[in-house]
This record gives sequence, structure tokens and C-alpha cells, in this order.
Amino acid sequence: MNSPVILDRRRVLAGGGALIVSFSLGGAFAQEQSSSAAAPASVPPGLKGTPFLDSWIRIDADGSITVLTGKAELGQGVKTAIQQIAAEELDVAFAAVKVVTADTRHTANEGYTSGSNSMKDSGTAVQNAAAQVRELLVAEAARRLDLPAENLRAENGAVVSPDGRRLGYGDLIAADMLHVQAQPNSRLKDFAAFKVVGQPVPRVDIPAKVTGGAAYVQDVRLPGMVHARVVRPPSYGAQLTECDTSAVEKLAGVIKVVRDGSFLAVVAEKEFQAIKAMNALSAAAKWKETAGLPNHNDLANVLTGLRSEDSTIFERGNPSAGGGRTIEATYTRPYQAHGSIGPSCAVAQFVDGAMTVWTHTQGVFPDRQGIAEMLRMPPADVRLIHVEGSGCYGHNGADDAAADAALIARAMPGRPVRVQWMREQEHAWEPYGPAMVAKLKASLDGNGKIADWNFEVWSNTHSMRPGGAGSLLAAQHMAQPFAVPAPKPIPLPEGGGDRNAIPIYAFPNARVVHHFIPEMPLRISAMRALGAYHNVFSIESFMDELAGMAGADPVEFRLTHLEDPRGRDAIEKTAQEFGWRSSQQAPRDRGFGFAFARYKNLAAYCAVASEVEVNRETGRPRLVRAVAAVDSGQVVNPDGLINQIEGGIVQSMSWTLYESVTFDDTRITSIDWQTYPILHFNSVPERIDVYIINRPGQPFLGSGETGQGPAAASIANAIANATGKRLRQLPLTRKRIKDAIDA
Amino acid sequence: MMTLKVNGRDHQLDADPETPLLYVLRDDLELNAAKFGCGSGQCGSCTVMVDGHAVLSCVTPLVVLEGRQVTTLEGLGSVAEPAPVQRAFMEEQAAQCGYCIAGIMMRAQALLQRNSKPTDDQIRAELELHLCRCGTHMRILRAVHRAARLMDTADASPATNGGVR
Repeated sequence: MNSPVILDRRRVLAGGGALIVSFSLGGAFAQEQSSSAAAPASVPPGLKGTPFLDSWIRIDADGSITVLTGKAELGQGVKTAIQQIAAEELDVAFAAVKVVTADTRHTANEGYTSGSNSMKDSGTAVQNAAAQVRELLVAEAARRLDLPAENLRAENGAVVSPDGRRLGYGDLIAADMLHVQAQPNSRLKDFAAFKVVGQPVPRVDIPAKVTGGAAYVQDVRLPGMVHARVVRPPSYGAQLTECDTSAVEKLAGVIKVVRDGSFLAVVAEKEFQAIKAMNALSAAAKWKETAGLPNHNDLANVLTGLRSEDSTIFERGNPSAGGGRTIEATYTRPYQAHGSIGPSCAVAQFVDGAMTVWTHTQGVFPDRQGIAEMLRMPPADVRLIHVEGSGCYGHNGADDAAADAALIARAMPGRPVRVQWMREQEHAWEPYGPAMVAKLKASLDGNGKIADWNFEVWSNTHSMRPGGAGSLLAAQHMAQPFAVPAPKPIPLPEGGGDRNAIPIYAFPNARVVHHFIPEMPLRISAMRALGAYHNVFSIESFMDELAGMAGADPVEFRLTHLEDPRGRDAIEKTAQEFGWRSSQQAPRDRGFGFAFARYKNLAAYCAVASEVEVNRETGRPRLVRAVAAVDSGQVVNPDGLINQIEGGIVQSMSWTLYESVTFDDTRITSIDWQTYPILHFNSVPERIDVYIINRPGQPFLGSGETGQGPAAASIANAIANATGKRLRQLPLTRKRIKDAIDA
Repeated sequence: MMTLKVNGRDHQLDADPETPLLYVLRDDLELNAAKFGCGSGQCGSCTVMVDGHAVLSCVTPLVVLEGRQVTTLEGLGSVAEPAPVQRAFMEEQAAQCGYCIAGIMMRAQALLQRNSKPTDDQIRAELELHLCRCGTHMRILRAVHRAARLMDTADASPATNGGVR
């Protein structure tokens, strides 16, 4: 933990109790990524696109403080963390700050809340805006007191002079005082003086959630609100050919049937009336379906057989030279579902030509663009307000439900319309995490080190988010449909299918090829960690295969090939806390596994060690315990960070052991929790221990997705250690393990 | 017209007797805690208590509830006066998105009312039906253990034990 301090985003200009820093980040808004292109001494990220300080922080004459972030609370705790950062830099108590999250009318356009970018983007923007606001308040106090600003200090919502005179922020604030553009340099507080940042402040969203408060968009109730349900087609591309709605329109409580091409919905006074009417409407609807789905048992061949656009994204040395002993392996991942526990929901109201939508979308601005285009309305007449939903873990049905509500609400002027999807709709229609294939080939030199490394990955894009209307189901199903936009790969350094495809290890010869597949047999989009889940699973599984061939301990083998000092720290901390020893022997029918990655090769570092038990009779695997170390730079809320890593490990374990979307040649067949099984409490580990490697003063690194890949590979490696058999096809089901044991 | 007792209060309802309890709680009584998750008893997010037993409100029709006592998470306590199980979940920060949490808390409450010192295995077995997608399971287990301790040490009055108020 004694790595050198590298201020790669901040350049210290002067000291003296505070850091004066300059910034080298570009604009923060980009799909699933944010630029890290160097541009010294430019305005901080986020502040660049929305430069006025009062777009981020407002102070009223009574001293009340409002912070506005364009990011959304998804249950990951970002609202609390942003509040901590603002309170710290403004020198006020945590409770003195109120945070407003994503709302197209009030907040900055910060794109999507995704990619583990919220702390890096919005956290850094708010930190700098708050520091600059504090400086303005101190300067105003200096003017009024006729004292040098250097002699004044900010303290608990006031500026204080050496002789004890206090001027409250509310007294100091004047109209338009904060309506000034952000400066390139901020005088940030010295981290040694932090009081709020770095503390495990309880999350602000939890009290309502554990007492039945109105905590979710599902809980929005507006005067005169009605309930709608959509009848989705039975399969992709199905056309509604016939639907006699007369009987449904006579059902109790039914107000209206809305039909636009193959978009079919019903509105009723009460929710259960809407559900009954939906069932009746569904029975009345006749569809023309097309068989167009691939063989879900042969995904590796399906994917590698599709046309791909190939690019060599990394090349070093001469990887074709070939070393000594060489191995090859192919790893596959199925389509997997976000599987939100609460089906997607939205409320929309169309009044006097203006549409308002309450939604759990991850991107109020891009989703507004899509909905406005679908309704052929100017975006300025459409307002999206984020309200938390059930956890999404990426692009689930949220945006589609918002579009459904808007389309139905337009047919019901004045009445607020609440739409919630049914369980089978969420399972069948959400855009899945894409199936992927990775083929690896590597050789060892005479010293047992990796001499050359070849990695090829096949994948669709990992974002089909709106933007345009064509990303929204309702717009695709209308009589005058919007075409699904052409997919684009997400560019590096963040990447999509190639996210984390470039090895972090220092191999003398290496080549990485990304086979981007434009055709999308199933509806797909962003799912937590995107391609990094499968790429890290593949790389870190293969590292163990190579360590085995070299006769080396997996942890030592990784350290041998890793130069990054912070990565080494994460690996060593995890190994130490797990009690990893190179001479170790797991108990009978158990195995130890290890894996490591730096998310996107630019965000948080995470290493995971695990102990897995395998029942040799049934093949059933059980994660017994896991230990992780995470380096996320300056930690803002340690308990929130631990919660994210714990949750990431448990969720990744569920993906890795149990989950795959199933389908026949026409329809999705995994449509509920019985046909798409996930983790239950009987398989929850005995313990998970997460250790934070704090880096005070270092930039915030994204953490929400960093655990997914390492957890998967760590578990796979432990299963291999327990059974002596290497499984390379996700999920690592009981049956596949049993078949491998018996083979 | 029927009478439904929820959180100690009588409500006169004019609803179709086949209506699942969940929709009456959410739509007619405007209670938030019980959630729609699957509508088929597969996830547990709609769980409430009926006469002290955990019940899946999405598959329980109104007609079987005449004369019975329904308790939802709102009936246990509030932010200002949390019941032990609510305090425990706050203190353990045992939620991420929290959509599943109300149902899990109600089943935990029902368990703790009949077994004040459950073992870890008993808690896991009790929660088996409940799905949590954020992976908050470790904290949920800790919170249920903490709730057991809080209920054990709390004043034995119904209110502080999370009984219906």
C-alpha cells in the first residue's frame, strides 16, 4: 500500500492547506464511456458541458443547500456519496445538503448512470463545483470584512474570521452569485482534513425502503391516475393481424384499448382490472410469428458463424512466433438477463401538449430524446424525471416502460397513466447481456513465463440504449415503426464486447482481436460490466490453466506477470486475508480459486479469492466463502463500496453458476424465475469479506461493476481446483460439473 | 362489501373477491411496502403477514381474508419509530435497491415472532423462497440476526416488538 502517489488527473499547482488542482478530462457524456483524453487545465469533467456553478449547487438566503446531479440513484448509493462530497467541500454537515438527481428540467445532462462512471464524472464535478462555490463565499466574506481571504476559513455553513466573526452562507449569497462559469482550477480541501468523505455515512434512501415509504416509481400515485398494461407480441418481430377489442372494452373498469400497429395496451381504473383486461386482450389478439432464433445449445458456433467486423485492438511483439508449450481454449457465455425483481414501470401524463414521464431510466436525457422522437414532439416539451425503480444492473426494461407509458398517456390527455410490466414481459423483452465467445492461445517460455498471448473475442455491441426512438419497443411496434438503429461497437479504451479484452499483464508478445458482430439474433444491450464479465472470466480462467501447465501457484503466477503496483497490492491483500499459501491443499471436495482485474483497465482494481465446495455425487457447486480487496482510489463511503463489491460477487456467482436465457426457434422460453433460475438463500456463502485499499487524495475510480469478472473466474478456478476439471462454458451448472467429473 | 383488517384498522372494501390482496393494499389502501414482483409466488417481494404468518399477497385472494388480521411493513413502525426489524435493516444497511426487502422483512418478522432465537440455518431456510437480485444476502442475514437480538433486549410491549400498532 505504499505505491507512489500519481496525480494523473490532477496536477498540483500549489499547496498551503488546500490543493489547487487542474484537470485533464474531456467531456463526460458518452454512451457507456467517458473520455479520458488529456487536455491540461481544462474545466473539470461534467462542469465542461454544464459550466455554470448554479447548475450544480444552489444556496438559498436561508442557507439551505441543494446539489443537482445528472446521475440517478439505482440502489448503488450514489445519492449519498454525492451528498458526502458536496458537504465535505462546502464545509457543512452532511444533513445540510439536499441532493436532486436526474431530471431533464433541473439537472445537468450527465448521459447515462452507467459504466461505473458516476463517482468519476458527477462526483468529481460536484467536488469541484462545491470547492469553487466555497471559494466564492469566502471571497465575498473577505470583501465584506475587508480581510484577506487567506485569513478566513469555511466552517459548518459559515465563513469565519480569525477574531470569531461568522457570516452564514445564506447571508453571503446574492442573486446570481453562483451563476458563473467554473474555473479550470479548484482549491480542493486537503484529504487529511476530510470529515465526511471517507466515512460510512448511512444511505439516505434506506429508511423509506425499510418502512414502506414512497421509495420507487412503482409507488408514484398522482390524482386521477389510471393503470395500463401492455400486451406484448409473443415473439420478436410478431405482427398483430387481428384483435377484436369489443369484449375487452366492456370489462369492469376498462377505460380504453390503445392500439397502434402491433402496439397493444389497455387502460383501466384499477391495477387488477388492467391485468384482467390485459389477459382478455391477449387471448383476443392474433399474431403472425416468424421463426428466426438460433440454436441456443450451440451458441459458440452460432456466434462465430455470423459475419463480423474484425479489428486487432492490441498488438505487442510478435505473438505468432510461438514459444514452447502451447495451449488453446474456448470460453463461452450465454445470453443472460438483468432479471430485476420489480418489473419495469413508469408513470406518464400528457397535459396541454407537454409530456411528463416519471421513470427509472438510467439516462433521462437520451431517453427523452427517444420518446420525443417517437411522439414526434420537440424534446423541450418532454420532461423525464428519474424516480428509483427496482435494481436494473444495466439497460433493462426501464426505457421501454417509459415509452409505453408516454404512448398510452398521449391517448389519455390529462390523466396520469401508470404502466408496470408483468414478470414474463420483463423476462422475455428486456435487452439481455449478449452471448460471447473468447478463444485463447498462449505459450510458456523455458522459465514457465507466458511468452505469447492470443485473445480473440466475438460479441455483439453492449449498448442499444436510446438515443433514438428505434431503441424503444413501443416505437418498434407502432404502425409507422421506427427502425432499430444500426449497432455500433463501444470504442476503447472502455470498450463493449472488448471491454477488458486487452490483458493487464505484461506479456512480451500479445495480440487481441475483437470480432464485432452487427447482427443481433436476440435483443441485447448493456448489462453490468458489459464484455468485461466474460473477458475477465476467460482471461483469468486461462491464467490458471497456464499456471497449472507451468507448475506455478496461481497468485504467484499472476504477480510474475503484473507490473501495475496497485494491482499487485490488491492481489497481495486478497491472498493474505484469504490465507492463500502456495503449498495449500483445499479440504476434500473443496477448491480454492483466485482472480483479478482492473475494471476497464482504468477503473477500480479488484481481486477475489474463493473457496468452493463441489458435491461429487450431484455436481452441485457451493461458494463457501470469498475474500476481495478493492482499490477504488479515494473512498467516499466505505460501507457503500463494500456493499457494491459484496453484491457484485454474489450476483456474479448467480450468473456464473445458474443463469442462461433459453429459447426455441421462435420464442424466448425463460420467462419467469422457474424457467430462469437464479441464486436462492440456500446457496448463499457462509461469508464474504471485502477489504478496501484506500488511496486518499487519489481520483475516484468506478466500482459498481469491478467485482463481476473476478468473482466469476475465481469461482471457476475454485471448481477446477476442487474437481480437476476445467469448465469453460458458462453457466457452470451442476449438470455440466457432474458431466465433467464423470467424463 | 367486505371488511379487511390491515395494520389494526378496518377497511370497508367494494372489490372483486378474487382480487389478490396485493392490489388492494397498493391500489385501494395506498400502501407501498408490498411489491409486485412476479404475480405467481416465485419471488417473495409481495410478502405480508396474515394472523402472524408470512403470506404471498400476490396470490392470496381477498375472499379468504375476511376477519383476519393483515400486517404490512408499514404496520411495524416508521422512520421516526422503527420496529426492531426495521432498525436492524437500517443499522446493517441491508439493502441496495431494496425492492425485495419489504417482503423479506415481513417473513423475518413472522419467523422472529414464533422463534426469537433462530439459527443461521433456520433463517436461510425461512428465506429460501425470497429472491434478491442485488446480492445483499449477507447483510440481510446479519440484519435478521440483529433484529432477533434487538427484539430480545427490547421492551416486551407489542409496539417495540414490531406488533401491530
